[in-house]
Amino acid sequence: MPAVSKGDGMRGLAVFISDIRNCKSKEAEIKRINKELANIRSKFKGDKALDGYSKKKYVCKLLFIFLLGHDIDFGHMEAVNLLSSNKYTEKQIGYLFISVLVNSNSELIRLINNAIKNDLSSRNPTFMCLALHCIANVGSREMAEAFASEIPRILVAGDTMDSVKQSAALCLLRLYKTSPDLVLMGEWTSRVVHLLNDQHMGVVTAAISLITCLSQKNPDEFKTCVSLAVSRLSRIVSSASTDLQDYTYYFVPAPWLSCKLLRLLQCYPPPEDGAVKGRLVECLETILNKAQEPPKSKKVQHSNAKNAILFEAISLIIHYDSEPNLLVRACNQLGQFLQHRETNLRYLALESMCTLASSEFSHEAVKTHIETVINALKTERDVSVRQRAADLLYAMCDRSNAKQIVAEMLSYLETADYSIREEMVLKVAILAEKYAVDYSWYVDTILNLIRIAGDYVSEEVWYRVIQIVINRDDVQGYAAKTVFEALQAPACHENMVKVGGYILGEFGNLIAGDPRSSPLVQFNLLHSKFHLCSVPTRALLLSAYIKFINLFPETKATIQEVLRCDSQIRNSDVELQQRAVEYLKLSSIASTDVLATVLEEMPPFPERESSILAKLKKKKGPGAVSVTELEDSKRESGELNGAGERGPDPSVMAASNASTPSPSADLLGIRSAAPVSNAPASAGSLLVDVFSEAGPAASSGAVNDDGFLSSAPPSEDPAPPLSEAEELLNKFVCKNNGVLFENQLLQIGIKSEYRQNLGRMYLFYGNKTSVQFASFTTTVSCPGELQSHLNVQSKPVEPLVEGGAQIQQVLNIECLTDFSDAPLLNIKFRYGGALQNLTLKLPVTINKFFQPTEMASQDFFQRWKQLSQPQQEAQKIFKANHSMDTEVIKAKLLGLGMALLDNVDPNPENYVCAGVIQTKSQQVGCLLRLEPNAQAQMYRLTLRCSKDSVSKRLCELLAQQF
Amino acid sequence: NRWRKLRFLLLFNRQGKLRLQKWFVPTSDRERKKVIRDMIMLVLPRQPRTCNFLRWKDLKIVYKRYASLYFCAGLEEQDNELLALEVLHRYVELLDKYFGNVCELDIIFNFEKAYFILDEFLMGGEVLETSKFAVNVSMEQADTLQE
Repeated sequence: MPAVSKGDGMRGLAVFISDIRNCKSKEAEIKRINKELANIRSKFKGDKALDGYSKKKYVCKLLFIFLLGHDIDFGHMEAVNLLSSNKYTEKQIGYLFISVLVNSNSELIRLINNAIKNDLSSRNPTFMCLALHCIANVGSREMAEAFASEIPRILVAGDTMDSVKQSAALCLLRLYKTSPDLVLMGEWTSRVVHLLNDQHMGVVTAAISLITCLSQKNPDEFKTCVSLAVSRLSRIVSSASTDLQDYTYYFVPAPWLSCKLLRLLQCYPPPEDGAVKGRLVECLETILNKAQEPPKSKKVQHSNAKNAILFEAISLIIHYDSEPNLLVRACNQLGQFLQHRETNLRYLALESMCTLASSEFSHEAVKTHIETVINALKTERDVSVRQRAADLLYAMCDRSNAKQIVAEMLSYLETADYSIREEMVLKVAILAEKYAVDYSWYVDTILNLIRIAGDYVSEEVWYRVIQIVINRDDVQGYAAKTVFEALQAPACHENMVKVGGYILGEFGNLIAGDPRSSPLVQFNLLHSKFHLCSVPTRALLLSAYIKFINLFPETKATIQEVLRCDSQIRNSDVELQQRAVEYLKLSSIASTDVLATVLEEMPPFPERESSILAKLKKKKGPGAVSVTELEDSKRESGELNGAGERGPDPSVMAASNASTPSPSADLLGIRSAAPVSNAPASAGSLLVDVFSEAGPAASSGAVNDDGFLSSAPPSEDPAPPLSEAEELLNKFVCKNNGVLFENQLLQIGIKSEYRQNLGRMYLFYGNKTSVQFASFTTTVSCPGELQSHLNVQSKPVEPLVEGGAQIQQVLNIECLTDFSDAPLLNIKFRYGGALQNLTLKLPVTINKFFQPTEMASQDFFQRWKQLSQPQQEAQKIFKANHSMDTEVIKAKLLGLGMALLDNVDPNPENYVCAGVIQTKSQQVGCLLRLEPNAQAQMYRLTLRCSKDSVSKRLCELLAQQF
Repeated sequence: NRWRKLRFLLLFNRQGKLRLQKWFVPTSDRERKKVIRDMIMLVLPRQPRTCNFLRWKDLKIVYKRYASLYFCAGLEEQDNELLALEVLHRYVELLDKYFGNVCELDIIFNFEKAYFILDEFLMGGEVLETSKFAVNVSMEQADTLQE
């Protein structure tokens, strides 16, 4: 027997354990255990009363047997008896047995509670701790009922020992989690909060967990903890590495406590009190600084503890999301970790950067690490690190890097671990769709996806590519061609056949002119895959065939032949058989007109949220969080859709802007309302519905009945903005008054004034005809994201405008935060019975909220230098569209709202301006430099602003003005 | 949800034999068996010098090998992996201090002590006392209290 037993050796137990270890087989082990169980049972039932030691020993053996994985159905009573022993170790074993083996609804609970009650009132701190541990371990409702009112008393009582306080705090936390209704803090609240000031570090460490939990439920009652936590943190952070004695862990002062404090602060917004906030920022800076100091020890424990605090501080910085300086520093720190030799740090840096990527302040900074992250995806040996890299790429993706990221993710897919392929596929599909600049790229990407990882491409993914191809006529031909080529591969995935069948059935005619892809060639190609496919795919192909008959009468005979053969018309699968029979009949009896109507091209699908996105959100696990964050983040509609304004119907917008294809074209249509609102509601189910219909007549009939074909928007909906709306908007960037719009019926004039972040706009609607306008209504709306950036209020106008008359409307405008889109003004009225419906953009642009700032040359250049981060600058070189006359330019710059600064730029030809944009949430300092080149008739425009989205937007606006 | 805690702590050896299990939230027997099986299957095949963190369902898994024993903890989403790694290390230190050069056999033959030490250090999945000194004092006290 090894001499490893310590303290109160229980010889019998050690022998038993040795025996078990010496068992050569599972059977021998079970035999030995059964022998022991029989022995213990007879001892427990025996006439002779057992002494405490024996009872303890047998209970301990039972515990050991249980922990080996065997069921124990007796001994509970003996364990409960041990609880009332006066010997500590007997009591201790009794409590251990109960903690491990008693489930919360045992009928013994009342007896156990009695023993606990005795120990709690024993005033013996070790007994009290044992009892508290037992409550925390079992944590049942009955225990909460019995002790929830007692424990807070123990926690705050003046004479309670520190070790008991610690246990009481965490025990209470445990009860609070099971039965929050039973734990009433009320009168104890402030005393519990003040435990943060306790002398004893262990008490603070334990109490802070309780406080964090409670303050999440009752933030207001506990909000005094913020300043206490900040000062406690500040004391720890600034203490020397040995000050805290035993609470220093490998030269790091109180790492657990520090992290818990930082976590507590994450329950609250940044402190309002300037002094507290200053102190906290100082702490965070110190923590960031310490990361750069040389380590005080080479032990990994030292760096782990130090970095644990650092990561927690970064979490807090990300949580606040309001200190650009700290965010950028955090990002740089994580950037260093990305290339650290410790795998753990690389893993955590990738993980933290995911959240950082969704902050608008640090998104750009995160993006600068793209090469490192791609490299991690390719070279990390550890799959869990590679997965984090893939998550981060997904989170940092935006329009500027989408092609690169999607390409890298695709190539990673070829070797990716099976466990993460499906998620990767969803992510690639989402990114490809969200950031598609041209649809051919999107189609290529999805087809590649099917080729590389066909098995992992879920229904949603291929439904979606079809929805998009159907809705975009500019890509249909390309899709047909590409899918035709993809099907040439000798072995192609069944999902590819599905997409191919559907697309060629709808748009095969677009490539039928080429003899290499003539109708018959297409048909033969599809049919060559038929026999290898599953029933649903075959059903889809049969539908494609009947569409072929409609599209290409020359294939009719061949296809009828196929339908007529026994393997179709007598197929044992009822669905296939029915389709074959009905399609055959339809093709032989229906006239071409009827056939053409039944098999008309699919109408566009209603725009809706991508079902892929929904699927990814549903999927538990990493990345799911970042999707939602990505979605919520301002970047999405702000930057990604560029300057393109978003109308109520993106597809119409895209069509009307055909000449500039289309950074704004919104493939996903996530936020736009469905133009065809009476379409079937459940997203993603649509195609299934069509496919699962019994026959062709039924299926296309059903589609017709649903009003699918009447895709024109109901006339009462606001019209899409006029195609010239953007141009009209540009006219008003540098002026506030003038005629916004005029046609034969109506003239709209504008007068506006702005002060700070507020504006007032007068709109004058003039009836140019001699006939009254009836039902005259105007609606101002802030589409999408703009709602949260700009607040526009308007009073309704008189519904009648007499011939020749003019009515006035006042709008009050409040700029909440910087914005890029313009609000929309929709005007509807009846003129001689005909409904007039028009939508304009209101000329409210971000520069309207400028306050000019005068400054000397020196100040200007100093500030210019301060705004030196690449993303703070926006620059454009463009051809002059208007006169380059100095006075004209000056007038425009003044109209812009900035101060025009003389004698600043060494080159007198150049123009330099400064101003501050006032929004409700913040002020954005902006500097501008305009360098004309009269000879080349060109300008170079440079903007530097404290907020990158502003630089970008101003640059876009101004490039149109000169 | 920003409170932090461990959901479970498992000790198992290279042969996949479980040496200690501690559950900090109510977990059914079935679920326990599944977690134990999954953790052993997930952790044992990992190469040396890979990272100590994994994702499993909605949990973060932090593990570290000490000699023949794997220490493996399941953390909630918000918890700090590095700190959890040091929770494992501190536990090893506490065992080491108590047993003196702790090895797997100590934990087999004195499993109840291993539980007691853990109870002095963690409660309900939260760190109760981080001071090695304080934990040790209470363990010594307990030992002198006997008989």
